Amino acid sequence: FTGEIRCEAPNNKLDKFTGTLTLRGEKYALDNEKMLLRGCTIRNTEWCFGLVIYAGPDTKLMQNSGKTTFKRTSIDRLMNVLVLVIFAFLALMCLILAIGNGIWEHDKGYYFQVYLPWAEGVNSASYSGFLMFWSYVIILNTVVPISLYVSVEIIRLGNSFYIDWDRKMYYPLNDTPAQARTTTLNEELGQIKYIFSDKTGTLTQNIMCFNKCSINGKSYGDVYDMSGQRIEVNENTEKVDFSYNPLADPKFAFYDHSLVESVKLNDVPTHRFFRLLSLCHTVMPEEKKEGNLVYQAQSPDEGALVTAARNFGFVFRARTPETITVVEMGETKIYKLLAILDFNNVRKRMSVIVRSPEGDLTLYCKGADTILYELLHPSCNFLKGQTTEHLNEFAGEGLRTLVVAYKSLEEDYFQDWIRRHHEASTALEGREDKLSELYEEIEKDLMLLGATAIEDKLQDGVPQTIETLAKANIKIWVLTGDKQETAMNIGYSCNLLNDDMEDVFIIEGSTSDDVLNELRNARKKMKPDSFLDSDEINIQFEKSSKNQIIIPDEQANGVYGLVITGHSLAYALEGNLELELVRTACMCKVVICCRVTPLQKAQVVELVKKYKKAVTLAIGDGANDVSMIKTAHIGVGISGQEGMQAVLSSDFSFAQFRYLQRLLLVHGRWSYIRMCKFLKYFFYKNFAFTLVHFWYGFFSGFSAQTVYDEWFITLYNLVYTSLPVLGMSLFDQDVDDRWSMLFPQLYVPGQQNLYFNKMVFVKCMLQGIYSSLILFFIPYGAMYNTMRSDGKAIADYQSFALMAQTCLLIVVSVQIGLDTSYWTVVNQFFIWGSLSVYFAITFTTYSDGTYLIFTASLPFIGTARNTLSQPNVWLAIFLSIILCVLPVVGYRFLKAQLKPTPSDKVLLKIKEAKKRPPPPSPKRRLRRTSTRRSGYAFSHQHGFGALIMSGRNMRPKSPFATTGTFSPNSDKYKHKGL
Amino acid sequence: MKNKASFLPREGEAQPSRCPDNTAFKQQRLPAWKPQLTIASVLSIFFLTGAFCLTVGICLVLSANSVREIQVDYSDKCSDCSKLRENSSNWNKECHCSANFTLKEDILGDVFMYYGLQNFYQNHRRYVISRSDAQLLGRNVNIQRSYCAPFSAYRNGTPMAPCGAIANSMFNDTIDLFYSHNSSVIQVPLLKTGNSWWTDKNVKFRNPESYNLSSAFAGTARPPYWQKPVYLLDEEDERNNGYVNDDFIVWMRVSAFATFRNLYRRLRRVQRFAEGLPAGNYTFRISYNFPVTRFKGRKHVILSTVVWSGGRNPFLGIAYLVSGTAATLTGFVITGIHLKLRKKQTYFQEQ
Repeated sequence: FTGEIRCEAPNNKLDKFTGTLTLRGEKYALDNEKMLLRGCTIRNTEWCFGLVIYAGPDTKLMQNSGKTTFKRTSIDRLMNVLVLVIFAFLALMCLILAIGNGIWEHDKGYYFQVYLPWAEGVNSASYSGFLMFWSYVIILNTVVPISLYVSVEIIRLGNSFYIDWDRKMYYPLNDTPAQARTTTLNEELGQIKYIFSDKTGTLTQNIMCFNKCSINGKSYGDVYDMSGQRIEVNENTEKVDFSYNPLADPKFAFYDHSLVESVKLNDVPTHRFFRLLSLCHTVMPEEKKEGNLVYQAQSPDEGALVTAARNFGFVFRARTPETITVVEMGETKIYKLLAILDFNNVRKRMSVIVRSPEGDLTLYCKGADTILYELLHPSCNFLKGQTTEHLNEFAGEGLRTLVVAYKSLEEDYFQDWIRRHHEASTALEGREDKLSELYEEIEKDLMLLGATAIEDKLQDGVPQTIETLAKANIKIWVLTGDKQETAMNIGYSCNLLNDDMEDVFIIEGSTSDDVLNELRNARKKMKPDSFLDSDEINIQFEKSSKNQIIIPDEQANGVYGLVITGHSLAYALEGNLELELVRTACMCKVVICCRVTPLQKAQVVELVKKYKKAVTLAIGDGANDVSMIKTAHIGVGISGQEGMQAVLSSDFSFAQFRYLQRLLLVHGRWSYIRMCKFLKYFFYKNFAFTLVHFWYGFFSGFSAQTVYDEWFITLYNLVYTSLPVLGMSLFDQDVDDRWSMLFPQLYVPGQQNLYFNKMVFVKCMLQGIYSSLILFFIPYGAMYNTMRSDGKAIADYQSFALMAQTCLLIVVSVQIGLDTSYWTVVNQFFIWGSLSVYFAITFTTYSDGTYLIFTASLPFIGTARNTLSQPNVWLAIFLSIILCVLPVVGYRFLKAQLKPTPSDKVLLKIKEAKKRPPPPSPKRRLRRTSTRRSGYAFSHQHGFGALIMSGRNMRPKSPFATTGTFSPNSDKYKHKGL
Repeated sequence: MKNKASFLPREGEAQPSRCPDNTAFKQQRLPAWKPQLTIASVLSIFFLTGAFCLTVGICLVLSANSVREIQVDYSDKCSDCSKLRENSSNWNKECHCSANFTLKEDILGDVFMYYGLQNFYQNHRRYVISRSDAQLLGRNVNIQRSYCAPFSAYRNGTPMAPCGAIANSMFNDTIDLFYSHNSSVIQVPLLKTGNSWWTDKNVKFRNPESYNLSSAFAGTARPPYWQKPVYLLDEEDERNNGYVNDDFIVWMRVSAFATFRNLYRRLRRVQRFAEGLPAGNYTFRISYNFPVTRFKGRKHVILSTVVWSGGRNPFLGIAYLVSGTAATLTGFVITGIHLKLRKKQTYFQEQ
């Protein structure tokens, strides 16, 4: 095989491909029909020839995954701004002091030259001021928190380890602990406002299971206890024993024993019901080993139904273009397949016409209830009522339903029909219309058999998680490649959409104008004022260019949902509709985008990032989610089901969607609060520390004289104050994990960024300035013109330095104690340890021995002994502590009393609740009261009935099709399972 | 559909589980003390601090008021001398002046005499560092490398002992106190040692080792403003001479602020002065050497007693009184607010 392929360069267009294959001098055109995308599964064939065109990162799917961007948190960006502000502040302080020095040298220093000549080279006061500017830059640079970045990274790393270590996010079934793959984004987890979720594999397990059915007016599937009370199905509930059927699928689970009994009692409608399920479908069987049947279904719903029939004793074994082999209660029967009236989106039903071995002609039909109810024979009206009741019940539980019906056909009529059908299917013009007319004609006066209910199995705890997240004011957008019906259905079963909503808008316009109108109408309904000229956002539009604006949150007049299809989304994402989409969608509580491509997923995330000042999180499990995971502020990968693509590009990963609530509400919230507390304290302590030098400048001739001992300056950030604040930011908890899960409202301050922003920074700065004033002037006042109790001097520079630095250190230690709300052993150790280390180091470096060794660098000899033995020194220290700390205590307490924030109120509630024994963590199952019933169990667009009938791609029928018989009523099994 | 069961660790297989350890540290369940700002704790903090501050404040104010202090500003009284000193060429001319004061009551107990300087920036950075601690320890060091410049050596290379701006600018007025009693004038006996910290006198300052002091300082010269070399600071007392001279040590402990007082002499409580200073007329006789007028400095001489809290500085006492009052008042305000809020709450609950 030697050939050459010329094709286009790798690109991200999933629906287009052009290329040519040159083989032995001949050219063949290659188009998208001949391409398989990465991740496709080839079914119904053992082998095939293929050629890899694009590999690895060149594949169309990977091209869709977007660029990897370096992610930084909003606090990081804020910190950078603040550091610039601090630099400006530093420059300002230095400028003031430099000018002060110029004036001082002019007024006083010039005359003081008798005792202190100007430094060499300095010949004017202004030049001295200029030099002093740089001296002060060196002295005051501690106000710029250089060690801040290091500490921040340590804290983030620590908090990431907590995520890795959390047993409550460990999934034992596949031995997967949660993993923080990026250690720099923790605090952003506490600020999430939008979650973009994939559906399949994230919200759902991608497993369909036959859950309930209604046959001839009797509902099966619920389990009742002895007293007739319905009981919840759990792992301990006894499963129905299918061991009488050697062909049964062992993974299939059903709990209602009455249905099996009914099958065994040869109840005619029940048999007909299952026969229908085993005949009316487009599933392909595969049996490589005898008895090991594998079904290849176009949609998992169909697979589930056929599997159910198989387990109850109607085993679909093999098919050829003309026949279907079914093992009915152990008896192999071959039905002649005469026609498949295939499924499509308009018909919402499919039928088969078969001839039984006995020669009866029957049409079996299954489809959406709304459609099928119109086609029933009037004699079914009573049964219809009963079935409707059951359907409502099923739909209420979020199950996907199908109604099944049959009809016996007259031989003559059928012959006539099949002839016309043949004509129609070979017609050149209007074939589709003619065929559907014919289908309509025969599919009427059907006899109702019952209904099926299929559960698209959600992952454990998904509805509860979504409910909790919604309470935390997080908006959830589902972005899925599934079709609209399926997506909405899952929306209802996850409790994303519910009947309490005022309305669910569906945007499915196919032109730009349609989409615009639909979006506008939706917005008009949600918030009519938003079209007035006086609306603030409209005013903002007028003023600023469209690319820069941030849209503030708008409140709708109720709870709304929005569903948008991929096609409309493509228009909505175009330039001029972007803003409409964002405004409308962000007013809704829930947004579901269906049939979206991976790139569109990323575009939607990008859109919200661009126009909303909000932190976004994307969660998904497959390669198609990689783009949005990379785009969002935080990407979460679900590990386990669909390979590692999503996990590898994610920032955090775990095995189950439900762990998301713990990640956000517990870890995220703690990380955020810890980071904010850390920053507040860090800025405070550096301001309090540094500004004392500033005040001293006014008293020391602006000579860049430091207040503290130079060793203290060196060790202050490094040794004396680093560990207590680290301890706080690694261990602090305002409330424990259980309470933060019980009161998701506690998450809201993080979203609004209330705990650390520019305002808070200014407050820290003011507090630092206040503290520095106290820390300077109290020692100053206490020492001014006074002496020790033995008459000797105490107002010397070294004593003052020691006093000021001791005041400072004790004050900042008390302050960290005040900020710490969770005193573990480590915190105690760090705080007391730091203070002890301070005194130990001070007494050591000020001792006789060290002075004699390091004379030049330790000139403070004896200061500690002589100063700290004085009562008035300690009184001054105590006074500074009181004056620095008491106002903070009073302010915090009164603020919580007078102007409590919502989270203060919740904390108060928790405080009261703590006095009582804690409530058990809620383990209720959400019951939906939805009466909606549009979710019918077809998850594909078009059936491939035509393909089956044509016999193309059909392999020879199963070699085991005629063997293997069993009888459910044989003696061996007679008493089992009853 | 993938089979989940295949992920299950099979029994008997020694596969290390990736399940995190169940330790209190890793699960963030370390036992902890969770203090909270409750009304009880806040009020007790405020009222207790208030009470404590008021008590301490009263004690401080009372004891500071019991301190007797006489402060005489002699910058103006000796204006002739100060004019003379403005011209540095007159450095070797002696100038004396005197200042009188009257004691109406006896000053009982220990009395300390201080000299006070105003506007003298001892805390200027270049001034503070202008010394060589190693030299003052009696070590033979190269002071060229210290921060003593420009007071480290003369042009001809002779190093100054002691070097630096601090030493050079040492206060060199001599102040004597005379008591006039019944027209007889008695000099009040004053102690010139024991005025410095023990650590300074015994550890920080040492004379160079030699058989006598003048040879120890051989090869060095006095600082330019000094009238006599360092080994002649106190010729009467060997242990108060050279670097270990108390006046010198006291001066070398630079002040934190531009206005300061340094201990100069202590009353020697003998004879008439055994109880302290008796009431009567006193005269300070000052040998005026230290020029301050150029930089608008002022000079004082102060006599003071001391109490446990130091001297007559009322700052700490007043600050404590103010803080105590403020804390107590805030305590009442918080109580008021709390009661009002609780009333409102119960009112709402009843509704």
